[in-house]
Amino acid sequence: MTRAALLLLTCLALVGCARNDATTAGAGFGAPGSLAADPSSPAYFTTQVGDRVLFAVDQSTLSPEARGTLAGQARWLAANPSYAVRIEGHADEQGTREYNLALGARRANAVQEFLVSQGVPQGRLRTVTFGKERPIEVCSEEACYARNRRAVTVLATGAGA
Amino acid sequence: MTPRAPTLLLAAALALAPAVLHAQAAPSGPLRLEITEGVIEPMPIAIPDFVAEDPQAADLAPRIAQVIADDLEGTGLFRRIPSEAFVSPVTSFQAPVVYRDWKVVDARALVTGSVASAGDAVTLRFRLHDVFAEGELGQGLQLDTTAADWRRLAHKVADEIYTRLTGEAPYFDSRVVFVSEQGPKDARQKRLAIMDQDGANVRYLTDDSALVLAPRFSPTGDRIIYTSYESGVPEVYAMDVASVSRQPLGDGSGTMSFAPRFAPDGRTVAYSLSQGGNTDIFTMNLDTGERRQLTQAPSIETAPSFSPDGSRVVFESDRSGTPQLYVMPAGGGEPARISFGQGRYGTPVWSPRGDLIAFTKQNAGRFHIGVMRTDGSEERLLTSSFLDEGPTWAPGGRVLMFTRESAGAEGAPGLYSVDVTGRNLRRVPTPGAASDPSWSPLMP
Repeated sequence: MTRAALLLLTCLALVGCARNDATTAGAGFGAPGSLAADPSSPAYFTTQVGDRVLFAVDQSTLSPEARGTLAGQARWLAANPSYAVRIEGHADEQGTREYNLALGARRANAVQEFLVSQGVPQGRLRTVTFGKERPIEVCSEEACYARNRRAVTVLATGAGA
Repeated sequence: MTPRAPTLLLAAALALAPAVLHAQAAPSGPLRLEITEGVIEPMPIAIPDFVAEDPQAADLAPRIAQVIADDLEGTGLFRRIPSEAFVSPVTSFQAPVVYRDWKVVDARALVTGSVASAGDAVTLRFRLHDVFAEGELGQGLQLDTTAADWRRLAHKVADEIYTRLTGEAPYFDSRVVFVSEQGPKDARQKRLAIMDQDGANVRYLTDDSALVLAPRFSPTGDRIIYTSYESGVPEVYAMDVASVSRQPLGDGSGTMSFAPRFAPDGRTVAYSLSQGGNTDIFTMNLDTGERRQLTQAPSIETAPSFSPDGSRVVFESDRSGTPQLYVMPAGGGEPARISFGQGRYGTPVWSPRGDLIAFTKQNAGRFHIGVMRTDGSEERLLTSSFLDEGPTWAPGGRVLMFTRESAGAEGAPGLYSVDVTGRNLRRVPTPGAASDPSWSPLMP
């Protein structure tokens, strides 16, 4: 495939997701479309419930908006008990690699604790930090940084997986 | 030196004894380049191509001289006199040096050498001359190795010359382990790689199947410790450089660990462990697996680095609200904050001399590599850019290497070196994007 074609596909994917602030779904769940209409589908979780929450600089405190999103995640997980969850904590590129790894761990943990408080069994949840290693936005401006300071709830089949 | 590689012999050659006696008879004081904080004029040095003693060595001889020249010129302390300026070529290693021929081209120092090869063996001999004193500086040396290791011969000679002329500890015969990066910023692939300090002989230690971060050498240079996402979460691994065999530190499945660094004893590793969202510093004895917790705070404690005597650990903590540097006893205990300037401090590294701590500083939207005394006094910033981080010390502690990353969607990291004086900032050649350098000790 040509480079141009690859770029085009990437652009389409971005446009398709941008409205719901979910540019990258958990790997392998495909683009939102007809599947997203099925409320029990991972695509629905990613795009309609919202698979991620954002954080302020250096912070791991959950905003009211983030709490709303996570409460929705908890309800969805209660209705779809076959899914386990991996919570990924991320940071923007400001800060050292080590500090950002620790910060990502804090953010992932904040999400985990909130989901547990909403009744999601701890055994279904795992956390991982990626620090600044996996940005979704690549510009070096606050507009990108804001979207990279995130915790993403990634679904996996098989509870305890 | 890897166990499989043959030993590099460094020995004063008896055959060179007459020349040595001549040098001792020279009346004037030794040629010495003083490295001060001020701007210095590079010392002009003549390094004519080494004399090939046999046809097989003809290819190697000029390349060895070139590597020596590159090492020395790379310091910014020496300037190689172009061979076009030479009055007459050096055609015999044993013939007496005609010093006036080198005085007229303004050479202060002259390096002469010869290369002989027999099968896979390479023998190099060299002499360093003080042109104005018209005598040798130190003894002539003979070094033996295999053809595959010829660059190490050149680095050893460059180290000898550098040490004799500056009085500083040698560092050219050393290696750098780093992270080789490929692909777009939002899908970077990373591999561990190792190379000579001048960028030659790159070898990859891992494939790109798992994200790897921040490798660091053991005090003897035969092992590295690093962070890998092999298991799905960041976890500290130790690797034998020669065999590339690796094993996790073993903190248990799903436990996140990172930012490892060896203690001077080569058996203990200090690192960060994240549990329940909180990151603290631990040590582990690699022989016994015994784990010990050094910090217990709800804040982030990471990036530990031992003092060269092993008695203290400097690390990064945000217990005050922003990341700052602290020093504590190596067994744990009350930490003392040492960074008090404006901005945020991270990745402290104790210098091999023990007198300085290098760090990353973030202030007013810029990143810097800096150094301070171990009590935090006399802070000096050596670099400034969009993103500089993760300093590592060369053996001897006169030079630092670090990661510099450019901004924006096309931004990519590269390796740079800078003198502890802040002079001589240079890009270190790597095959592609590179980050997280760790400088090995001097090779034996």
